[in-house]
Amino acid sequence: MATTLDQTIAQKQHSWLSSLTASQTFWVLISVTLACIFLSFATESFDTQKNLYNITRNATFVAIIALGMTLVIITGGIDLSVGSVLCLCSMVLAVTMNAGYSIEIGILASLGTALVIGLFNGILIAYLGFPPFVVTLGMLSIARSLAMVASNNTVVFQFGPDHDLLLKLGGGAWDFSLFGSTINVAYPVLYMVAFALLTGFVLRWTRFGRHVYAIGGNEHAATLTGVPVRPIKVAVYVISAMAAGVAGIVQTGWLGAVTTNIGAGMELQVIAAAVIGGANLAGGIGTAFGALVGAALIEVIRNSLGLLGINAFWQGTFIGGAIILAVMFDRIRNLRQSE
Amino acid sequence: MALLELSGISKHFGAIQAVNDISLSLEAGEVTGLMGDNGAGKSTLVKMIAGNFRPSNGSMRMEGTELVLHKPVDARRHGIEIVHQDLALCDNLTAAANVYLGREPRIGFGPIGVLDYAAMYKRAGELFKELKSETRPRDLVKQMSGGQRQAVAIARTMLSKAKIVLMDEPTAAISVRQVAEVLNLIRHLRDQGLAIILISHRMPDVFAVADRVIVMRRGRKVADKNISQSSPEEVTGLITGAIEQV
Repeated sequence: MATTLDQTIAQKQHSWLSSLTASQTFWVLISVTLACIFLSFATESFDTQKNLYNITRNATFVAIIALGMTLVIITGGIDLSVGSVLCLCSMVLAVTMNAGYSIEIGILASLGTALVIGLFNGILIAYLGFPPFVVTLGMLSIARSLAMVASNNTVVFQFGPDHDLLLKLGGGAWDFSLFGSTINVAYPVLYMVAFALLTGFVLRWTRFGRHVYAIGGNEHAATLTGVPVRPIKVAVYVISAMAAGVAGIVQTGWLGAVTTNIGAGMELQVIAAAVIGGANLAGGIGTAFGALVGAALIEVIRNSLGLLGINAFWQGTFIGGAIILAVMFDRIRNLRQSE
Repeated sequence: MALLELSGISKHFGAIQAVNDISLSLEAGEVTGLMGDNGAGKSTLVKMIAGNFRPSNGSMRMEGTELVLHKPVDARRHGIEIVHQDLALCDNLTAAANVYLGREPRIGFGPIGVLDYAAMYKRAGELFKELKSETRPRDLVKQMSGGQRQAVAIARTMLSKAKIVLMDEPTAAISVRQVAEVLNLIRHLRDQGLAIILISHRMPDVFAVADRVIVMRRGRKVADKNISQSSPEEVTGLITGAIEQV
């Protein structure tokens, strides 16, 4: 009896293979890969160095914010303000540098703005019990309006003494040779990979990450067992706003100009990326890798429609279809389990 | 010397007297059934022992020294653990993660230590074995039966050297077979020398496992006697008020 109990307890219910095939992220990754293989045969221009460079770079802005959004979604919250926060942070950076300050001061001011917004969102949600949807919807409006105030609704494209440095930061590339051919990787992609590794590490290996999952799973239980629920909730909204700020800074460097409509509607793309990548809006489920895969799928869809000569108006249909399809897999699996 | 001694404990919320002048003592290795109708003050009493509420009057002594609890963490530090009625489990986490929730062990340096998964799985496995429960540390709680979920919640109380375990309706919403499993878990804790307070509405469970029964009615203690000297009929009478006091 003792040995059988031992064996039962020691038994792993799922092999790594079965847990892999049970994950939504895995199937989305397979679809991205298949789409890429198909596109490299179906079109002349998909697997060119230049197009791959563009795809990876374009996906980073959504991906970086989706990493922060994934944390928020895991706690069972939502942050609708990220698109506007990206715009405001870009504008703060642009206006500060335009006024003749160095890039360090510009970035500091920009991230400081993100920090204040994140604290505002987080404190209202965690300590005053506001619904996340309402607070961040309000911030969506406030942040964009402040960006207009800061710039007087003009386009800023002169960034003072460190102008070139900023453009290099966002628009530069890292070149290296592999098997005799030169590969360039846009700097933003490197930032994205670094942030993704950091987020993945935090979620899997730290107490903070574990508690983020616990809050999304059962907030009441987390409180009862002594998890510092409120500070952690504030932290995830700060991280989300900071991610939007970082994406804003990088995007400013890449575009070389800031208008007050950048990032408009971006929150929906970001949430779509997180959800396609396996984050559950009910809370408790999501991964950093999933956020990247989701962002990649959205960008591949956008890119391929252009290359295949399909009217760009269809973009929304395909991305919306991807969201529903990705979550449908999850539903089917749950239905089978409950039977 | 009693493990925990309450003397003249009262609690009122505004004009409502929830608990009125209760004195009782708990001994190690004893299961005490706490019974009473809804609103009799059981939960309030237990919440004072668990550090959720502070008594309006009266004092608590643990092993002879004065016990003042400001928050649940204080109670936990003194070896008082509670198994909540809803078990307070996160369905999306593994059994081991739930056992260690809020006190995860880490390896490494200072504030950036990483979670010690190996230690969590190993210790959780040992606890489930001790509880003779077929519960796998790596499984998600979502997929578990009521009895296994109870085992996870109870294993949580065994992590630290608990002296007193308060159990709030542990058999309220589970199947008959699982009730037997949970009662075994309770006996197991008792045999380890813990004092257990079992709050329950289910008469058969209390008579199956408790050594002593305390009945509350309208905030007052109306009975406190050995289970062998009582009967379900008497306890029912005490709960409803048909019997005034014994």
